[in-house]
Amino acid sequence: MSAVVAQPLIEARNVTRILPGIVPTTLVQDVDLSIGSNEFVAITGPSGSGKSSLLYLLGLLDLPTTGEVLIRGRATAHMDEEERARTRLSQLGFVFQFHFLLPEFTVLDNVLLPMRALGALSQDGMRARGHELLGSLGLGDHMHKLPDQLSGGQRQRVAVARALANEPPLILADEPTGSLDSKSSGQVFALLRELVDKYGKTVVAVTHDMALAERMDRHVELLDGRIVKDEPHRVPA
Amino acid sequence: MSLILDIAWTHVKARVRQTGFAVAGVATGVGFSIMMAALMQGSQDDFTVRLINALPHITVIDERRTPPPQPAETLYASAEIHGLTPEARRRGIKNPLASMAALEAWLPGGVAPSVKVQAIIRYANHDVATSVIGIDPRREGKVSDLPKQMRGATLNALYRATNAIVLGDRLAAKIGARIGANITLQTSDGTRIGAQVVGLFHAGVSQVDESTAYVLAKTGQILAKQTGLINELRVRLNDPMNSRAVAARIEADTGYKSVSWQEAHEDLISSFIIRNVIMYAVVGAILLVASFGTYNIISTITHEKARDIAIMKSLGLSEFTVRSIFVIEALMIGLAGALTGFILGYLLCLALGQIEFKNPFLDSNRLPLAYEYLHYLLAGSVALVSSVTAGYQPARKAARMHPVEIIRGAT
Repeated sequence: MSAVVAQPLIEARNVTRILPGIVPTTLVQDVDLSIGSNEFVAITGPSGSGKSSLLYLLGLLDLPTTGEVLIRGRATAHMDEEERARTRLSQLGFVFQFHFLLPEFTVLDNVLLPMRALGALSQDGMRARGHELLGSLGLGDHMHKLPDQLSGGQRQRVAVARALANEPPLILADEPTGSLDSKSSGQVFALLRELVDKYGKTVVAVTHDMALAERMDRHVELLDGRIVKDEPHRVPA
Repeated sequence: MSLILDIAWTHVKARVRQTGFAVAGVATGVGFSIMMAALMQGSQDDFTVRLINALPHITVIDERRTPPPQPAETLYASAEIHGLTPEARRRGIKNPLASMAALEAWLPGGVAPSVKVQAIIRYANHDVATSVIGIDPRREGKVSDLPKQMRGATLNALYRATNAIVLGDRLAAKIGARIGANITLQTSDGTRIGAQVVGLFHAGVSQVDESTAYVLAKTGQILAKQTGLINELRVRLNDPMNSRAVAARIEADTGYKSVSWQEAHEDLISSFIIRNVIMYAVVGAILLVASFGTYNIISTITHEKARDIAIMKSLGLSEFTVRSIFVIEALMIGLAGALTGFILGYLLCLALGQIEFKNPFLDSNRLPLAYEYLHYLLAGSVALVSSVTAGYQPARKAARMHPVEIIRGAT
């Protein structure tokens, strides 16, 4: 079912996630998925099909009940919480449906947060990168504003900037345009496309919007936690 | 670290009123703890100083703690003799002048001889049991503050009249005697002499002022019907806190029972320990209650910030980092509370120090207060530890939150 990808950036091998309870709920079942560098992947499916659950498993926010997730060929099952956090910080960037910015921090501080947590750059280096990122996303004039002072589209662009802060190779987006109007939605999609085409990132986005999914490079469709379709729309550059 | 501090500070300052109440709770606890400690310690120190100044630090008396070993006990290990009638012996310390000279050679302080006799003072139909102490006025200053405690005359007045006597001011008031009054002293074996009151003293401890009188050693020896009798050597040390050890050495050297002021007032010192236990229990309880406020605010913040916690964890902040943020917030509240509490405690002590009252047992009319860094350090440390402890549980819970559950809930 899965497409053949050379040197996968992230892999799910026979991943199953069952929520324990009186009646256990299967969120994701026997998923095999391999995603390489510079891909733009859409994950679609009806509500409750396990799209977001799969994204959280790929993003190491959740642990599979069986199977494993590998990042750059490295198994993550044995990692402790600290190591998973460190991997998220350096290898992954998240963009959620709602911007999920810290409301008491300025736009710039929100973008600096992952860099400060990683501690790879100097203070000046972090600030320079923050300015560069926000400037390139058209938010240069809004750096010192609070998130509440921005429009929905602007907030989501700040969230993208934050996801890119530590230059991760993989961006995981959960309904990134789900709460935006069509204009902002188009801008955010264009931004994600640019990340792939211009910056060589891999973007995996969960979406309900089939039109949007069709414009991505690869389309993975889930039904009842299983992959029912995985086909490329175009060959990655 | 600065990231953790930044986030913690942002959370705390965003809730000025809630944080203010939590800080006020800790500050009140710390302030009242400092005030209580100052009061308890002050009264204890004051009492101890009065006790030390009013009485000799060590009293060597003509008794032995254990009877001298019998020859059979010395010869045979299995021999043990009990219940012997003590040998009737001449009272008093043998060769007191030589003993004093020996003690003065090494003692860090002064020694004075005295004759202590129990007698009844009779005056104007009043009979009061009294400890009459025969002293050498020239040496008395070495072992007590009596020369400074004299009222209406100096201690040398004892030389002015035959059988002159100095009474405690409360004792004089009790029998209605004034300076110049002629009183009668009578001992249990019938010795009876007349004496003239030549002065009064005020030691500041009611027990002493109500039941003690001083005469010349010679007069004491007449009352005891034994010429040359010295039945006490009184010692004052440069360091009164060293009395126990010095008393033990004197006892080992002389064989006479040497009683330090601590031993003489062991019951009081035990009561100080109990007082301190009660004080620290109350202080602990106050600060424990204050820490509930910290627990409350940190719980509220973690509850309100559940979404932010999920975001931070999804970005890659570790459990340790998230936990540290909230522990630091608790520490900030504890620190602010402790510092404010220091000021409050100091002001409360100043206010208490202004209150005037009448103590029937002591002549001080102000509350004795001890200003010690240790009280601040102790209250501050307990406040910080209890704040961090109170904050740790909600912080731990916050750090363990599953980000997916919160993100799903938020979306």
